Amino acid sequence: MNEFLLIFRRAFGSSEEQPSPEMMQQSIKQWQDWFGSIAAQDKLVRPLQRWDLEGRVVKKDKDVINGPYAEIKESIGGLILIRAKDYDEAVEIAQGCPILELGGNVEVRMAVTPAV
Amino acid sequence: MNESELIPHLFRTEYRKIVSVLCYLFGIEHMETAEDIVSDTFLSATESWSIKGIPENPVAWLYTVAKNKTRNYLRHHAVFEQKLVKQIAYNAEKVEEIQLDLSDQNIKDSQLAMIFTICNPAISTVSQISLALSLLCGFGVQEIADAFLSNKETVYKRIKRAKEKLKEDQIRIEQPQLSEISHRLETVLTTLYLLFSEGYYSVSNNITLREDLCAEAMRLNFLLLENPNTNTPAVNALFSLMCFHASRFEARTDPEGAAILYEDQDEHLWNKELIERGIYYLNKASTGNNLTKYHLEAAIAYWHTHKADTNEKWDNIRQLYNQLLILEYSPVVAMNRTYALAKVKGKAMAILEAEKLQLSGNHLYYSLLGDLYTGIDNPKALKSFEKAHQLASTDTDKQLILSNIKKLSERRMD
Repeated sequence: MNEFLLIFRRAFGSSEEQPSPEMMQQSIKQWQDWFGSIAAQDKLVRPLQRWDLEGRVVKKDKDVINGPYAEIKESIGGLILIRAKDYDEAVEIAQGCPILELGGNVEVRMAVTPAV
Repeated sequence: MNESELIPHLFRTEYRKIVSVLCYLFGIEHMETAEDIVSDTFLSATESWSIKGIPENPVAWLYTVAKNKTRNYLRHHAVFEQKLVKQIAYNAEKVEEIQLDLSDQNIKDSQLAMIFTICNPAISTVSQISLALSLLCGFGVQEIADAFLSNKETVYKRIKRAKEKLKEDQIRIEQPQLSEISHRLETVLTTLYLLFSEGYYSVSNNITLREDLCAEAMRLNFLLLENPNTNTPAVNALFSLMCFHASRFEARTDPEGAAILYEDQDEHLWNKELIERGIYYLNKASTGNNLTKYHLEAAIAYWHTHKADTNEKWDNIRQLYNQLLILEYSPVVAMNRTYALAKVKGKAMAILEAEKLQLSGNHLYYSLLGDLYTGIDNPKALKSFEKAHQLASTDTDKQLILSNIKKLSERRMD
């Protein structure tokens, strides 16, 4: 088994890209089902961490901006660590991620363990 | 109540109180002395009451004798006196002035301090439960052995080792500090949860004993609720869970003592008062922002107090199982989640999820698969039930699986 990082990203740019409250409500259940499905297979590496929606971005001139949304088109919606045999399995799990239905994407990265 | 019933009854209710008060007074090093004094008190009661008859107020009699014996003990043990009197006699100049305080409040404080002493990660969980049953619940070694399907020697040794370990580590018997309560309470709740489960799911056939274990877990949990420092949302949630489960006691066994499955229970036998109490404490638990597994399990148990299979019920249960799994993985919860999923989204969807669980080696897993495949792919259902039968270890489990196989073959002939 390997560990994979799944990062969900979504555009927060304009208001027409914002989901309606009904969609949000529906989406909470989908997220719970998806997380539940991963957890039921004992493939969740660590408990879920919630992240706030505030955020700061430090730019290359060391300027700090409040909230990543103004300047970065896509922002991190969340990330989880899962266990999977290989990229194929990790990607299959990622394909069930509800962020895809909200127009987002999932980046999948395998953890590298140093050779013993 | 006559004498032959009264003494065992008082032993059950009073032994633990006096022992706790004495331990609280003496400290961990002198636990055995405390136990000796109380055993001696009960011996005196047996002797005296059989000759002179039962006193007007037996509890007061026991307390007076325990106080006198404690005073005598202190007077006759010089070493004890030198070492301890300084520590315990806050305002007593002489040993004679040490008062054994058997007031309601001090009994409660002492028991609470003892719960925190015994539920200590320094000793294994099974030792914690055994010690709790012995010192906090007044159970005899034989009863504890019966509860664990073990023998007297094993339990005796386990308790002895646990006491030695607590002494070695110089665990103090004291009121838990406010700052460390949330952290230490976790261990206490785990032990109470397991004590209750031991009674509720035990393979022991002794139903009275099993109900006693559950009642003791509830009593100790209630002690935590009575103290403002330990009356936390998680403690309320665990108590609520116990109330909901206990409400089904009468309905879950037939007159011969065999288990009745939830689906086949007569809900009129469910104890409404306990269900009401469960709801009350679940509401009280719903504050703060720490959602524990006890909250989730209590909420699931709440939905199970509705017998009818509604979509609302199973949709809620499914979400709660999701949250429970995210918090902490367990194969049983993973299977229960899949079962709830089948109720809401249908068997085909649940089969997809069930196949991912990969719990080969677990007979419950194959029973679940058998159940899900029934009516969808009956040959596969039969195969799964057969595998479950092969893996099951107890007769009860094997019989249950055989009855499912029988139901399946009747179905195929339809």
